[in-house]
Amino acid sequence: MKITRRALLAAGAVLTATATLAACSSGGGFGSPAASASSSAVSSDNHQPLTILIGTSGDAETNAVKDSVAAWSKQSGTQATVNVASDLGQQLSQGFAGGNPPDLFYVTNDSVATYASNGSLEPYVTQLKNKDSFYPSLVKAFTVNGKEYAAPKDFSTLALVINTDMWTAAGLTDKDYPTTWDQLEQVAQKLTTPQHVGLAVSGQFERLGVFMAEAGGWLVDDNGKAAASSDANVQGLTYAKKLLSEGAMKYSSQLGAGWGGEAFGTQKAAMTIEGNWISGAMTKDYSSVKYKVVKLPAGPKGEGTIQYDGGWGMASQSKNKGGALDLVTYLTQPDQQLGFAKAFGVMPSVQSIADQWKQQFPEQTAFLDGAASSKSIPSVAGISDVIKNFDSQLDGLSSTDPKQILDKVQTNLQALPGLS
Amino acid sequence: METVMARAAGTTSAPARSATRRGPGIRGRDGVAGWLFTAPVLVILGLFLVLPIAMAAWVSVSSWSGLGSPFSSTVKFVGGANYAALLAKPGLAQSDFGTSLRNNAWYVLLVVPVQTAVSLLLAVLVNRRIAGQGAFRTAYYFPSVTSSVAITVIFLFLFSASGTVNAVIGWLGGTGPGWFTETRGVVQLLLQAVGVHAPAGNGFLGLTWFDWVAGPSPAMLVFIVMAIFTTSGTFMLIYLAALQQIAEEIDEAAVMDGAGPWKRFWYVTLPMLRPTTFTVVTLGLIGTWQLFDQIYVGSKGGPANTTLTPAYLSYSQSFINNAWGRGAAIAFILFAIIVLFTVLQRLALRERTPRRRRSHG
Repeated sequence: MKITRRALLAAGAVLTATATLAACSSGGGFGSPAASASSSAVSSDNHQPLTILIGTSGDAETNAVKDSVAAWSKQSGTQATVNVASDLGQQLSQGFAGGNPPDLFYVTNDSVATYASNGSLEPYVTQLKNKDSFYPSLVKAFTVNGKEYAAPKDFSTLALVINTDMWTAAGLTDKDYPTTWDQLEQVAQKLTTPQHVGLAVSGQFERLGVFMAEAGGWLVDDNGKAAASSDANVQGLTYAKKLLSEGAMKYSSQLGAGWGGEAFGTQKAAMTIEGNWISGAMTKDYSSVKYKVVKLPAGPKGEGTIQYDGGWGMASQSKNKGGALDLVTYLTQPDQQLGFAKAFGVMPSVQSIADQWKQQFPEQTAFLDGAASSKSIPSVAGISDVIKNFDSQLDGLSSTDPKQILDKVQTNLQALPGLS
Repeated sequence: METVMARAAGTTSAPARSATRRGPGIRGRDGVAGWLFTAPVLVILGLFLVLPIAMAAWVSVSSWSGLGSPFSSTVKFVGGANYAALLAKPGLAQSDFGTSLRNNAWYVLLVVPVQTAVSLLLAVLVNRRIAGQGAFRTAYYFPSVTSSVAITVIFLFLFSASGTVNAVIGWLGGTGPGWFTETRGVVQLLLQAVGVHAPAGNGFLGLTWFDWVAGPSPAMLVFIVMAIFTTSGTFMLIYLAALQQIAEEIDEAAVMDGAGPWKRFWYVTLPMLRPTTFTVVTLGLIGTWQLFDQIYVGSKGGPANTTLTPAYLSYSQSFINNAWGRGAAIAFILFAIIVLFTVLQRLALRERTPRRRRSHG
């Protein structure tokens, strides 16, 4: 009896000790209060060193960002370190939970709501001096519940990429670039041979969604409410289903390729729908394939494409928000953005250098031209799971009723906060 | 006489005194020393095991969203809401969880029996007195000591659309599937080949019954083959150790009774290996239900969630979606599943005669 009591006492002591240890050792970890998150004013000790976390496409991007940040550091006298994330989402979550996140980091428009919803992000964009220089659609893509959370740094749109050799071999000329759905269907049929299919796309909403946009639909309506099961969306997917059933379009997975660019690069398809990142893959892996990028054809309700946006997120827990704000202003200046575009081929987020960019990359103008008619994935927490589910349903599009798929997407969307 | 009396009194009183004073003193000092010696382990276990589990348990019933401390005043107790979203409330969270359970159940169903059988077979082969026994033992054990990440990467190459496996299938005149792009289950593919298509109908956890029996996708099948390949070596060693514990006299006695090699294996060796089989199956069940690193490296749950597992879903809900409560709840449900299966198989592998049960504890 005595021993049991003593055992209990000792166990209690050990537990207390461990609890104390945990509280001390984790420092800024679980022990630290989230109080620092609540201070909203972007002003603080401007000499606290900054850390910047980026998810990079390669050495070119890493070095370009590092050089720019170093130049700012020299100019401002604030120390700043650029770290490359191996898994950006995971490392950010760890930072937020541990109370020690990077001051600035890359965010995408489909993840911004996740971080904004729990207060991890500082809605600092209204305080940016160059706020009005961005494309409004980009700023909107990073707006959650009326607050602008990230300064756009670059963006991509989808366009139609055409293999020029196959194009001429099918007897097509520059005048035949499709501008309507009917024309796209016709050229896709003409370009389909036993060796290759006319059009190959990844079987995902992230690509097939362009047909929904061109039919005048989207996941949400103008008021930001769930509208997946609209007639326009049904029309868009019905068109895609028609192309699939005719054999003029195939999913890249059916061709044994991981994405549209791979199917296109390995010449299993004459056309694909991809973003401007495809130019990097073409130069690196498929340099022998000649191609041309044109705007996507207009649907029944005009032109439409999807845009993917990158921006700079600022941690609400940052200890030097003033310095971080200054750095974002510096990095999103036109000349810096043009430098990034040259270094790793992104499209700048400011309108003023659009013409310069087009001169620099004449073969990619179609991507930038798409900006005017492009739609973004709604910035709502939990949207990525809904889209993942949509994607897995689209896999069976050729044997499923589009309306049935979209109804299920609508149900899932309505379960998200603020969409119903 | 007096001295004798005194001595007698002394001798009687001394033990009496020691019984009251020294006795507990010795035990007490032993106790202190015992606790002192076990303290480092208790502290380490408490700090790195008990405390995190307690924290996770709290997170699973809280509204913590991943910002700052889960014990701060802004975090609310939400009761079973996180569990309900997974188990009771129809929706995406439930169907994703159902999908992950379906995927992992097929994985367990195929990996555990096959790896147990293969490891036993390898152990029996290696246990024979043959030349180069050591070389075989090393060869069989080799995949187990190689990093699972490295093996996953190699398997990704082997099973890529234009990889070695499909090249061999093509050379044999067949067409290999897109191992990491095909989203239908193998049972479903076989059924479709004979003209059976998905019937509409009710289901369980957001999946129709047809979804449940659709089988593992080709990508999951790759992970299944890989698991059998990598873990059979470890379990072979466990079986080998057990086989070498069986005295040769027993085998000889069976020979004297006229039992052939098959009968000796089936009625003598295998029953004697029962405790080992229990260990192997238990370890197998625990390991397979916790499938994570191969998925993280190889497929991230794709294509179309067909390699999603509860462990990976728990990670992605927590770290990617900031739904920490739901992620922790998945972890605890997974824990319950593993305990349940371990108890079930302990019942199944129970020794039936009471005398033997005592001898094996």
